[in-house]
Amino acid sequence: MRSRYSIEIMAGLFLLLGVIALMFLASTATDLGSKLGKEHYSLSMRFLNVGELKSRAPVTIGGVTIGAVRKIKLDPVTFEALVIMDINSKFDQIPTDTSAAILTTGILGDKYVGLEPGGALEVLSDGDEITITQSAIGIEQLIAKYLFSVDNKG
Amino acid sequence: MPDDLIKLANLSFAWGEKVILKDINLSIPRGSVVAIMGPSGVGKTTVLRLITGQLSPTKGTVEVDGMCVSSMSHKNLYKMRRNIGVLLQNGALFTDLDVFENVAVPVREHSNLPEALIRRLVLIKLEAVGLRGAVDLMPSELSGGMARRVALARASVLDPSLMLYDEPLAGLDPIGASTILRLIRDTNDAMGMTSVVITHSVEDMMELADYAYIIASQSIVGQGTPEQLRENTDPRVVQFLNGEIDGPVPFHYPASDLHQDLLG
Amino acid sequence: MSKTNSNMDAITKPLATLGRSVLFFGQILAAFRPDAKMFRAILAQVYFIGARSLVIIMVCGFFVGMVLTLQSYVELSKFGATDSVGVVLALSLFRELGPVLTALLFSGRAGTSIAAEIGLMKATEQLSAMELMAIDPVKRVVVPRFIAGVISLPLLSMLFTLLALAGGATYAINIMGVDSGIFWGNMVSNVGFQSDFMMSFWKSLAFGIIASFIAVFSGYFTTPTGDGIGRATTQTVVVSAVVVLIVDFLITVLMTWT
Repeated sequence: MRSRYSIEIMAGLFLLLGVIALMFLASTATDLGSKLGKEHYSLSMRFLNVGELKSRAPVTIGGVTIGAVRKIKLDPVTFEALVIMDINSKFDQIPTDTSAAILTTGILGDKYVGLEPGGALEVLSDGDEITITQSAIGIEQLIAKYLFSVDNKG
Repeated sequence: MPDDLIKLANLSFAWGEKVILKDINLSIPRGSVVAIMGPSGVGKTTVLRLITGQLSPTKGTVEVDGMCVSSMSHKNLYKMRRNIGVLLQNGALFTDLDVFENVAVPVREHSNLPEALIRRLVLIKLEAVGLRGAVDLMPSELSGGMARRVALARASVLDPSLMLYDEPLAGLDPIGASTILRLIRDTNDAMGMTSVVITHSVEDMMELADYAYIIASQSIVGQGTPEQLRENTDPRVVQFLNGEIDGPVPFHYPASDLHQDLLG
Repeated sequence: MSKTNSNMDAITKPLATLGRSVLFFGQILAAFRPDAKMFRAILAQVYFIGARSLVIIMVCGFFVGMVLTLQSYVELSKFGATDSVGVVLALSLFRELGPVLTALLFSGRAGTSIAAEIGLMKATEQLSAMELMAIDPVKRVVVPRFIAGVISLPLLSMLFTLLALAGGATYAINIMGVDSGIFWGNMVSNVGFQSDFMMSFWKSLAFGIIASFIAVFSGYFTTPTGDGIGRATTQTVVVSAVVVLIVDFLITVLMTWT
């Protein structure tokens, strides 16, 4: 009888361990951790070209991450790329004349969104759009620019 | 209430093309110990599995307590089996449970008795087979005879009205065999059970059984009380009872001509 | 047996096995009536199946994580992208290696022992004895092992992934000198909860059902001889591996394109 009881304890321990591993992984190794328990609001912006920007790419001000890209879709009328971001609610004092650019970490690194705050007194709130944007510059365009000084659309 | 607890009528059974039993008529009266004998491989165990409903006859009927087994629903079949105790050939104890738990399995499954009562019930049954002292042993620690006795305690723990024994003596030493024989008779008479013993060991059964059937070559070749069987002159019965090597049951498995086989 | 007959067998036998497995699966679902007794039996089997596979799963996970990191580090360093080593590691573990390798290890460690145990119970007539005691062997023997396997495999898969990440992090951070903030930070921003973590979970759940079912099926329908039990255990590993890899492909296609 006693041995059976200890088997049940061991089984219980195993289940507990498994569930802990499950929750630990979900919260530390995935983007769930950056969403969980943190209030955020969303901002949108339009680009002619988002390049390699992907959802979940970080959004930064001065190199510090303040949020992430949630979704990228194409406006069916204007054919501009519409980028929707989740910004941590701690940073709710972003001026309305802030500009956004798609930047790259290193030459071949990932794309991210960099925000450059302006000087306006009014601040952006949930659902607002950042209007001053600068599209991604692809490496092939950079090369073309410097080698041939060709005027580019991008 | 019918006098016969079990009744097989015009029963045939075949595995695919191979006929095992043909036109068997057999009845087992209440309260008696009936032996079903015959050489190995003639389908004695098949008879047992037909009675418990694990197999269905190809033709004919099996009745237990006035109800037709082969047309029973799964649920009714299980209900009927609670009233039947079966001792399988080598006991078939659950190897992962100790002796106590093995005997307690049917009680735990079919009742919600409190633990104290289960304990008392199991110990009484084990005492009856003389193994109360072995209650904490695992099946692997038991001798063949002891395992058989534990299985007997397990089969009878719910006090069934019918006990079926499949080769209860096979592989036992003389002491173990006579112990089991006495236990079969004692449990039968003490509980007012009906017992069916399937066996090939002639002498023991002639002592134990009230009535016996002999099955050979797919059908019943002889029946009667042990005395009647001894006086039977059917060569097939005589051969089986005396253990003669050659006779109606041939020594040779059917084969082509020896000369042809050896000399081409 | 004539030649035409054996040709027919080649078609009808696999079909019959397939049909029997569908029926058996239905039988298992029908017999799944949780009560206190079944709950205890499942818990005991979680110990035998899950807890006892823990060591092999964790050791294998740790080394898989290390070797995976080593291999991808070498390639990534050619592009100066060693910062992404954590991402490569996590994505390949979550999406493929965690569930698949765990399922293969599981069928080798636990599946074979389930098949052998049930096969032996059949060969020694224990299953038959249960039926004769009016106890449904599917309910008391098959269901607890099946359910315990289905519960255990996703948890084992998570533990495998966790240990592999730990192994990978140990190697990348302590030996190759990748910054730990970058290692974990890149991972967090590139591994999706919905797309990657849940894919890992659904896959391991599906593999749990497959590997456990094949194990109980092979055991329950084994030829009750020593030879038959041997074949049942081999069959468990081989069939599980093939079916798991096929289903892995199907799930990946399904989840990638929807």
